[in-house]
Amino acid sequence: MDPAAPMDGTTVSGSTLRTVPVRLPANVDHGTIMDELLKILANNALESRETIARMLNLPVAEVEARIAEYERAGIIRGYQAILNEDQLGLDKVTAVIEVKVTPQREGGFDRIAERISRFPEVRSAYLMSGAYDLLLFVEGRNLREVAAFVSEKLAPLEGVLSTATHFMLKTYKHLGVLMHPETPDERLAVSP
Amino acid sequence: MNDSLSLRDRIARQVREIPRSGIRDFFDIVSTMRDVISLSIGEPDFDTPWHVRESTVFALERGATHYTSNLGYLELRRALSRYVARQFGAEYNPENEILVTVGVSEALDLALRALINPGDEVLYHEPCYVSYRALILFAHGVPVAVETRPEDGFRLTRAMLEARVSPRTKVLLLNFPNNPTGAILDQRDLEAIAAFVREHDLLVITDEIYAELTYDQPHVSLVSLPGMRDRTIFLHGFSKAWAMTGFRLGYACAPAELTEAMMKIHQYTMLCASSLSQKAALEALSRPEQDVREMVDEYRRRRNFIASALADLGLPCTRPRGAFYAFPDIRRFGLSSKDFALRFLREEKVAVVPGTAFGACGEGFLRCAYATGMEQLKEAMRRLGRFLQRLETEKTAGTS
Ligand SMILES: Cc1ncc(COP(=O)(O)O)c(C=O)c1O
Repeated sequence: MDPAAPMDGTTVSGSTLRTVPVRLPANVDHGTIMDELLKILANNALESRETIARMLNLPVAEVEARIAEYERAGIIRGYQAILNEDQLGLDKVTAVIEVKVTPQREGGFDRIAERISRFPEVRSAYLMSGAYDLLLFVEGRNLREVAAFVSEKLAPLEGVLSTATHFMLKTYKHLGVLMHPETPDERLAVSP
Repeated sequence: MNDSLSLRDRIARQVREIPRSGIRDFFDIVSTMRDVISLSIGEPDFDTPWHVRESTVFALERGATHYTSNLGYLELRRALSRYVARQFGAEYNPENEILVTVGVSEALDLALRALINPGDEVLYHEPCYVSYRALILFAHGVPVAVETRPEDGFRLTRAMLEARVSPRTKVLLLNFPNNPTGAILDQRDLEAIAAFVREHDLLVITDEIYAELTYDQPHVSLVSLPGMRDRTIFLHGFSKAWAMTGFRLGYACAPAELTEAMMKIHQYTMLCASSLSQKAALEALSRPEQDVREMVDEYRRRRNFIASALADLGLPCTRPRGAFYAFPDIRRFGLSSKDFALRFLREEKVAVVPGTAFGACGEGFLRCAYATGMEQLKEAMRRLGRFLQRLETEKTAGTS
């Protein structure tokens, strides 16, 4: 899982089955930070190139070229399905870990953050303002496995001052998508 | 019961003589069928913005459950005054020039009843919103329809109006962006209409309920043109741009004397609009730009999609520039709008509204609302393609 990742286009919905597409938060001015094409893909990465072309009034070839360019430039970093993992009943736990670190000479926070991010257990990692420095989302098969990761891998790292681990119990919303059944369309079938 | 007792005959003449809305007939058929993709819904598929819903719950908890001022909460009228000045370019005094109503529907009724004496003519353009003709008749006015045409992009021109104006014409009723054609008027079109209005000394009712939903250029309001504000009742509401149809909230802005006249009817018939809906509207006005922009961007993508899909299917369609309707021309298939819509519904389970629901000149057209998700739109266009192919085959089989 990649909980609460910022809207960076790296994780996108496979939502052709859904009639309600993911909506980007309305309080951010996406017009200036994301072009229309990226918005469409961030809502539904499976949207066909033909449909995107129609929606944007562009030739299909141009849409393909622009997507390829975004991929090449690393702006689009991948495409994933948004899963309701609770429903799968997996043997898996996710911990949210607050980490205090000392910034390093020359490397600042980046060096230690990158070092931590490379562990495959770490699904997401962010630099934060406030009471701690890094926020990690870490996955393991059970509490013991995560605890072992923290005590054996994370805490001993040079520069890590302290950690605080919280386990996630239930997901209500993930990447802009509500995980529980949405209310059906209550509109009348015909209206003026 | 007395056999000779005919209740029907005792119903007021102008009510009896007005047919039910064509939309209702169609609704009765569609509602018996399952799994229909509906392009016949004249309301947004978006949810009301969450902050609006959440703050309505809060208002309920806080006890905003009483009658409000007849005109509506003053705080709301102040916010409306600011919004209208900024968006539409006309100043209205919140104390006595703004009336909060139960949807634009009530505002239309009030405006017409406040202005019309029996026999006064009201000029309006067709195809148009299903209620106009009936509301004019209920107000004992004489509806005079001006037909807009696909060759003009369904825009209203001065020449069309000149052809139908008479010494008895009192009011011009406008609706742009238009339901059902998606047409808009630009500054030049409006200037010509304003000149016509001044010359014939008419009053105007302008229903700008779709004003925020334009896709190629910003909306221009008639009330921003010189002299127009003082002879116009401007109508707007929250149903479309904020996806708040069920809240039933609209408003009328007009010079004080006209507002007072509408308020008299409103006071005796409605008392006031729902207190909770008024609170919701106030919240909606707190950040209109963000709420509306997201929806407009999505409608634009769908508009582009449906316009291009219809073009590929060979159905001529004036490019919709506002609202959320496309109004394609199906005349070459030789079916009436109603027959086409019925067959399309029965054979492909897609509901569209026959153009005739919006006036006789809508014959040969269909209203396809794109206030519906992309997946449904795509599927509806696939089915339309299949249906058109079948019609073509029948046609060639019939002629050979
Ligand atoms: C042109 C027009 N005017 C008015 C209305 C009614 O709006 P309200 O929900 O505010 O009563 C509609 C609704 O479809 C409309 O299309």
